[in-house]
Amino acid sequence: MTDATVALEISDLHKSYGSLEVLKGISLTAHEGDVISILGSSGSGKSTFLRCLNLLEAPSSGQISFAGEAFKLKPSKEGNLESADQKQLERMRASIGFVFQNFNLWPHMTVIENIMEAPVHVLKQDKATAREKAESYLRKVGLFDKKDSYPNQLSGGQQQRIAIARTLAMEPRVLLFDEPTSALDPELVNEVLNVMRDLAAEGRTMLIVTHEMRFAREVSSQIVFLHQGQIEEIGEPEKVFTNPDSDRCRAFLSTHF
Amino acid sequence: MSWEWDVILEHYPRLLQGAWLTLELVLFSGFVGLMLAIPLALMRVSDRPWIQAIPFAYIFFFRGTPLLIQIFLIYYGASQFSIIKESALWPILREPYWCAIITFALHTAAYIAELLRGAIQSIPKGEIEAARALGMSYPLMLRRIILPRAFGIMMPSYGNEVILMLKGSALASTITLLDLTGMARTIIARTYTPLEIFLAAGVIYLIISALLILLFRILEKRFNRHQHWPNERPKDLDPQH
Repeated sequence: MTDATVALEISDLHKSYGSLEVLKGISLTAHEGDVISILGSSGSGKSTFLRCLNLLEAPSSGQISFAGEAFKLKPSKEGNLESADQKQLERMRASIGFVFQNFNLWPHMTVIENIMEAPVHVLKQDKATAREKAESYLRKVGLFDKKDSYPNQLSGGQQQRIAIARTLAMEPRVLLFDEPTSALDPELVNEVLNVMRDLAAEGRTMLIVTHEMRFAREVSSQIVFLHQGQIEEIGEPEKVFTNPDSDRCRAFLSTHF
Repeated sequence: MSWEWDVILEHYPRLLQGAWLTLELVLFSGFVGLMLAIPLALMRVSDRPWIQAIPFAYIFFFRGTPLLIQIFLIYYGASQFSIIKESALWPILREPYWCAIITFALHTAAYIAELLRGAIQSIPKGEIEAARALGMSYPLMLRRIILPRAFGIMMPSYGNEVILMLKGSALASTITLLDLTGMARTIIARTYTPLEIFLAAGVIYLIISALLILLFRILEKRFNRHQHWPNERPKDLDPQH
């Protein structure tokens, strides 16, 4: 897959909270169609890393670019980096899908309104087109019949599938998943993983922070193991899961598999 | 003692006239107050201290002093400044009606701003992050996510504030306005039947309160319709369980 276009390039990403350095220089390249799972124990910085990629969290230094376009960054007063170009930030965020651990649907809107919101108001699609697309994504996640429900009438698994549909409706070039099943009851995890499996099979570029080892092994083209803010191990799933170079990675996998 | 019921019947059209003015003062100033409260509340939740300081001082003054003092300050105070008397604002500030509207709006804005600030701060952070992650600009987020959510959250206490303003509006009578209270006092000065007329005025205030409560019930239902299940009641809200 080396000839595929570079979808995402991160170089030397650092992030500190005060004197605590959470990310200690992470570089990673994702090509189009890559599915990269990011593993690591809690506190390893994996969520922070993902949240830095669309600047939900302000990195301290480093560079991030999507499809060849780098975020324009400038130092902020707190000593971190912030966007130097608000318009660019909004445009790039619109093309980077982000799925949260806690779904974060808007409770005052129905399911279909949640999905149509950003396409209509950010991408300026007309309502009829947006509705048609929203309905097709709802069918895709298997929840078309819930389109007029409100989020808090749905189970966690259903809410997360809606949140994925909301992200897909923006037709993003890259999808970032931040522990998408960690807030779910065990019996609801699979319905979400199945949707993600389909997305991976479609050839979408995905970065997934997860604790679902079996799933990561099955869908990923690459596994990244983070330890104390650094990439400890990186490679193809078969290699990482069966014969990792790092002892820490081996120990982590043996307790989590 | 003897009750003179006729006096109520005889004067109730004038009382209704006063009630109408009361309602006008409350709704008009309530609307202007809400409009003023939005920027105040947004400044209040700013992360820059000097921006926070402006609404803080404003709210501190208007919540910390009596409405009566505020109304006197504007009605009697404005005419003391020649700069105001010579300005284009004077035709407005000369009128007790506008003085009352301005004072009530400024006063209620301080309270609503605090309600709105609390409501904005209680929106789960994730909902705002989701909006940012989808590429929304701050004005768009405000219009589509933050304010609609905040209005829903603050609606019950906002209704309460409007009822308080309804009763506070009786102070308009101290600057010669013939609102419901002012009208009642004028009638009493002529007829010497304070009990009957104040009782009638009280009943009219009650009716207006009831109507306002009803209005806010409807608004609350509309803004919080996502919390009302169509077919079932959530069990933990049911006193039977």
